[in-house]
Amino acid sequence: MPRLEEHCWRRSCTSRVESKNYYRENWVASKAEEMMSIITSVLSNVYGSLHSVQTANLIRRGLVLFTVGVFLALVLNLLQVQRNVTLFPEEVMATLFSSAWWIPPCCGTAAAVVGLLYPCIDSHLGEPHKFKREWASVMRCIAVFVGINHASAKLDFANNVQLSLTLAALSLGLWWTFDRSRSGFGLGIGTAFLATVITQLLVYNGVYQYTYPDFLYVRSWLPCIFFSGGVTVGNIGRQLAMGGVEKLHND
Amino acid sequence: MTVRERLREKISAAFYRHGLLCASYPVPIILFTSASILACCYPLLRLPLPGTGPVEFTTRVRDYTVPSHEPQGDLGERPDWYRGPPVAYIQPVLVKAAVSPWDSTLVPVDVFRSPLGRVFSLLEEIRNHVHDDGSGVRSLEALCLQVTDLLPGLRRMRRVLPEHGCLLVSPGNYWQNQRELFDSDPDLLKTVHQHEPKGLHTSATLRDLLFGVPVKHTGVSLYSRKRVVTYTITMVLGSYDARFLSSLRARLRQLHPSVNCSLREDHMVHVHFKEEIGMAELIPLVTTYIILFAYIYFSTRKIDMVKSKWGLALAAVVTVLSSLLMSVGLCTLFGLTPTLNGGEIFPYLVVVIGLENVLVLTKSVVSTPVDLEVKLRIAQGLSNESWSIMKNMATELCIILIGYFTLVPAIQEFCLFAVVGLVSDFFLQMFFFTTVLSIDIRRMELADLNRRLPAEAGMPLPKPGPLRPREAPPPPRPSPHTITLQTPAFRNLRLPKRLRVVYFLARTRLAQRFIMVGTVIWIGILAYTDPAGLRTYLAAQVSEQSPLGEGGAGGLPPHLGVAPVFPGPGGDPASTLSVLPAPAEPTPLPENQSQGRHGAPREGVPHQAPPLVPQISWGVEDEEGWRKLSFRHWPSLFSYYNITLAKRYISILPVIPITLHLSPREAIETRHPQDTRHPPPPSLKTNDLPADLTLYKVAALGLAAGVLLVLLLFCLYRVLCSRNYGQNGVAHGRRRHGDLPCDDYGYSPPISEISPLLLRGHSMDIECLASDGMLLASCCLAGQIRVWDTQTGDCLTVIPKHGLRRSSSSGCWEQRDGWDAVGVAEPENLGGGTEPGGGVFDEDEGYPLRRRTTPRPALFENQPDLTPLIDTNFDSQPPSHLLLTPPRDGFDFGGLVEKAYLEHEPPSLGLTASYPSSSPLSGPPPQRRRSLGYIQPPAPQGQGTPDWESAVWAMELRGNLIAAGRSNGKLELWDAGEGSLRCSNEDGVSGITALAFLNNRLVAARLDGSLDFFTVDINKPLGLLQYRGPPGRSNIPPSPCYSSEDVISCQLTRSVQCAHQKPITVLRAAAGRVVTGSQDHTVRVYRLEDSCCLFTLQGHSGGITAIYIDQTMVLASGGQDGAICLWDVLTGSRVSHVYGHRGDVTSLVCTTSCVISSGLDDLICIWDRSTGIKLYSIQQEVGCGASLGVISESLLVTGGQGCVSFWDLNFGDLLQTVYLGQSSDGQGVRQLVVLNNAAIVCDFGSELSLVYVPAVLEKLD
Repeated sequence: MPRLEEHCWRRSCTSRVESKNYYRENWVASKAEEMMSIITSVLSNVYGSLHSVQTANLIRRGLVLFTVGVFLALVLNLLQVQRNVTLFPEEVMATLFSSAWWIPPCCGTAAAVVGLLYPCIDSHLGEPHKFKREWASVMRCIAVFVGINHASAKLDFANNVQLSLTLAALSLGLWWTFDRSRSGFGLGIGTAFLATVITQLLVYNGVYQYTYPDFLYVRSWLPCIFFSGGVTVGNIGRQLAMGGVEKLHND
Repeated sequence: MTVRERLREKISAAFYRHGLLCASYPVPIILFTSASILACCYPLLRLPLPGTGPVEFTTRVRDYTVPSHEPQGDLGERPDWYRGPPVAYIQPVLVKAAVSPWDSTLVPVDVFRSPLGRVFSLLEEIRNHVHDDGSGVRSLEALCLQVTDLLPGLRRMRRVLPEHGCLLVSPGNYWQNQRELFDSDPDLLKTVHQHEPKGLHTSATLRDLLFGVPVKHTGVSLYSRKRVVTYTITMVLGSYDARFLSSLRARLRQLHPSVNCSLREDHMVHVHFKEEIGMAELIPLVTTYIILFAYIYFSTRKIDMVKSKWGLALAAVVTVLSSLLMSVGLCTLFGLTPTLNGGEIFPYLVVVIGLENVLVLTKSVVSTPVDLEVKLRIAQGLSNESWSIMKNMATELCIILIGYFTLVPAIQEFCLFAVVGLVSDFFLQMFFFTTVLSIDIRRMELADLNRRLPAEAGMPLPKPGPLRPREAPPPPRPSPHTITLQTPAFRNLRLPKRLRVVYFLARTRLAQRFIMVGTVIWIGILAYTDPAGLRTYLAAQVSEQSPLGEGGAGGLPPHLGVAPVFPGPGGDPASTLSVLPAPAEPTPLPENQSQGRHGAPREGVPHQAPPLVPQISWGVEDEEGWRKLSFRHWPSLFSYYNITLAKRYISILPVIPITLHLSPREAIETRHPQDTRHPPPPSLKTNDLPADLTLYKVAALGLAAGVLLVLLLFCLYRVLCSRNYGQNGVAHGRRRHGDLPCDDYGYSPPISEISPLLLRGHSMDIECLASDGMLLASCCLAGQIRVWDTQTGDCLTVIPKHGLRRSSSSGCWEQRDGWDAVGVAEPENLGGGTEPGGGVFDEDEGYPLRRRTTPRPALFENQPDLTPLIDTNFDSQPPSHLLLTPPRDGFDFGGLVEKAYLEHEPPSLGLTASYPSSSPLSGPPPQRRRSLGYIQPPAPQGQGTPDWESAVWAMELRGNLIAAGRSNGKLELWDAGEGSLRCSNEDGVSGITALAFLNNRLVAARLDGSLDFFTVDINKPLGLLQYRGPPGRSNIPPSPCYSSEDVISCQLTRSVQCAHQKPITVLRAAAGRVVTGSQDHTVRVYRLEDSCCLFTLQGHSGGITAIYIDQTMVLASGGQDGAICLWDVLTGSRVSHVYGHRGDVTSLVCTTSCVISSGLDDLICIWDRSTGIKLYSIQQEVGCGASLGVISESLLVTGGQGCVSFWDLNFGDLLQTVYLGQSSDGQGVRQLVVLNNAAIVCDFGSELSLVYVPAVLEKLD
């Protein structure tokens, strides 16, 4: 959908350029009309699918997860930035918002995907996750996740191996305390691996940079953070999925 | 395993004893706990208050050396931050200048223009001062702190603050340290003012920075009354050189002698700054706190069923917080000082310690039976959860210990705190929280008792009625059979709404008070700790009053207690008091001080009127004038150059005082042409305005913050307290309309309206019960089957067993003449009809024939005529059985019956035709059975003996058909309305242990483990439709009937010979599935249509005793091992597996949200269906029946000894107990059937009891 819009927008831009050309005006108009019809059809599709409860529920969950992801990304990014920062709030805010605006949305999208994937995989495997399914536990999980980030940002470790090992132990502890499902572990590992690879690629291509890369241009603690983040978001996703079901029952 | 078990036993026992102890002596234990909390927190007093304010430390100037980096043992009270060189040394040069004598020709600007102008020469002097003592030439350039660029964001300050060079700050910076610019500046005040930021600004402003003294003390104002200008030239030195500084001091003194100044010069103050909390750190911090609050909210929300939810939640939070405090206190006691930022790690500590145990404890305690003593409840609750608590704690300790071995100091410290916190939290849970819980529960019970007694006393008396021999006796009456459950009847946990409103008001007032007190304290703290606020004010006061106190401890944070400490030398006690108000009599003061104060007036008096002589006085407050500045003064100055003072310190050297007296002539000379244009001061009133502004600011901020806090708490309260306590009037109104009586507070049926209706007729104990909602069939041990109308409780039909006819008849005749007669009358006809062997029938006929004499109801008379037509029309009428709505269990006798039917039916029909007067009815079971059931030729075995012996083991009722399974393997279908045997099947020889009837399928489980599927076919003669008018009995529902004219055949479609290895104990059918449970520990799922075995579910370690399946394909099974399994019927996977009972699980029921099980251990457990977590359990009396039923989503009914009890499922409250009869002792309710019309039927010895629950009826409407 966004791609389509972009396409259309670009088209209209070009059309503005081309509009000098009198001959092409008609063609452009017809094209624009075509695009508009496509857009309306897509919109109506979306609207129609919104009507079905299931999809609405899915979208709602996705939105919540997206918001959570964006928020966590902002806050945790702040935590990381903070380490090399002096007293100036304005400065921080500037770096926070200027550095890479696309990171929070990406994190949000990733959170939505992972958070929706967890209950989906659970239902496919046929082993619904029953361990500590309550919001208090989820809150605890988020707090521990933020704590892990805090530790990675604030603590001074002797060397990177120690840092990585500590964080790995913490992440495993997080998984053991709040998840304990094989699917959760697998998905967490997968998330960590994929995200690390993507980050690696980004860094290789110079899109993104770390101040202190310690291992092949990235920070070695990154996988641990991604893993625990995956588990956390999965926890939220499962709880949301369950909450939705419960609500339906209540109704 | 055994060790573990033993350990578990021991822990459980220990917890039990502990619970008893706590509940027995609550007050001493709470006192003890509070004392220990206070004792453990005592070391905390020595810790500095958390805050971001700077900390000071004073050393002597004379023997000052730069402290080394290494910690050097214990050096008195030397703080641990005092290591290494400071960031910078600050050398303030305090200039006080005045034009004296004041001339009336001078304009207001002259007050500060020429004094300020002197700053340039002073600066020149300082910059050019060179000290040469042989070892080398030192100048300011070499010593001062060299700064580079300002931060990029501060372009506008570039012209004012120095760059690329010495950090030397003075008012001269406004004019770039150039005299020419100053002289040509027409409006000095405007220049100064234009750099001021707009709006409220609490931290250091540029004016503060440059002048080095607070704005109100500068005297740079048109309305200054004192006409003394004060400012500071601040030198920031990078390294300390005592000789250079002393030579500079001497030089300046010499140039500008301050005659009356005797400021102390021997102490330097080191100021350590804590870490700054900026926006960047605040956001994550706030986030963690929000998460923490959400966690606490979601946790405490789960506290339920207690007297004061808020009180307990508060106790839980207090438990966690004080355990944290205790942990910090203990760690401090043993010499470990916290280095971590407390505010930052606090949320994580709370999260690690957690509120779980507290909640688990609460839940476990409140789920113990309410009728126990409080002590025992606490003890039981504790011992129930002891194992899990210990296990969790061990796990957490292990995890934390692992963390301890990461060898990262910060993590180690965190872990240490967490470990101590966990242990102290455990201690507090055990002693503090448990005791609070016991108090709470005791209060609740007291309140309940007080409230309930009068309410119960006013119960109406039972109404007399023929079939309602007894209603529920008023529980307070001490009659023998009410004793067992009398107490629980009182223990209704629901509060009436008006009481709840009262409690709500009481609670809110409490909350308001809390909020108020909290706000006041908070504002107080704010005002005290704010650098511009009370603290500095007090400090200034104290230092003014007590110069002696300054001597030793100038650097210590000033306390109030310091002020009046010194007594007068003369021992005059009054002088200690008079010191505080005003230094009226400065006798104890040192000579030079008092001179300084008194010298100036003395000087001024001879000249002119006092206001005209500006007095330059040096007081103690000038020694450390920087104290009056914002505590952000130095950090902000340094931060402009990207130097952070966080966690570092600066050293402030003693002030160099400079007194400047300028002559009026000089002032006039330096005057700018425009200066004279300034108007004379309009009034002096405005003078004080800027002075008090900071206080106003603080007050406004505090007020705003307080209001915000109150609003926040109010919002939080509204969110937490979502129930509308105040709307009970509305709720009542709604309830009267019959809307949803069971919604929020659980259902409470009106006590007086529940009364059992006894159905009498059976002579022996009732063996089987079956119902399809409208009809109820029961079978007693004597083999008599009776059909009842569930609406009225009338006996519709009796299908007697011959051997016992006497008793059965008598029972029936007493009550229901008409119907009994019909029922009993028929057997003869049928018997004759079905059996070729006449002898057999004669036996039967004797009894029915007698009956015939009794008046027969007119309703039946039209029916017999139809019977002849039956043989003529065998056309099947498929639609007729589509009418059969009953969705539940069913059994298929089809195949068996069909075969037998083909053999024997025609003659029987023929025979019935020959008796036109009799309706086609209930044949006596024995004959039918005999004729159909045996594989041997019918004739020889005509003897009734085996038949009489066979008992009905299973019975089902669907539509108008009763399916009965006999112990000899025979399956019979009876017409419920007429009592006639419609068909029977004798294909199997093994006894039928269970039957299920679903649609037109009938499934029979046999003792040998085989499973037979039957199809019931109805062949309705077309021509008969017109005769099927209203039968006259309105109470028999017409729709699901197999009409009596239909030819019903029962055909065995499939027989699964070895469905199970052992006898099938349970058989249930729903949603197209047949589920069997057997002694062989397995559950099997069959598809009803094709009898195909879908799954064999293994998971129990004992025989299956109970199974539940419903339309939504929920399958639950319980076994002799006490385990309950939930299965997914679609996939055959086990969803959850829980152990709940010590003996067999006797029955299982599911609602949409929970699973209810009862066991041989007289325990009823309620499980959450989705998570498999036990919500709570109800302990019943020993020997209670194991029967269960769910009337609505929230109403559970259980059978007991001669009574049935209604429970609120949401809360586990006993709503009411209904006693079934006077002589109920020893008779338990074994079977209990919930009917569609919100009535329940249970067996009660030889009687049946029909109990209506009227309020639920209302709901169903």
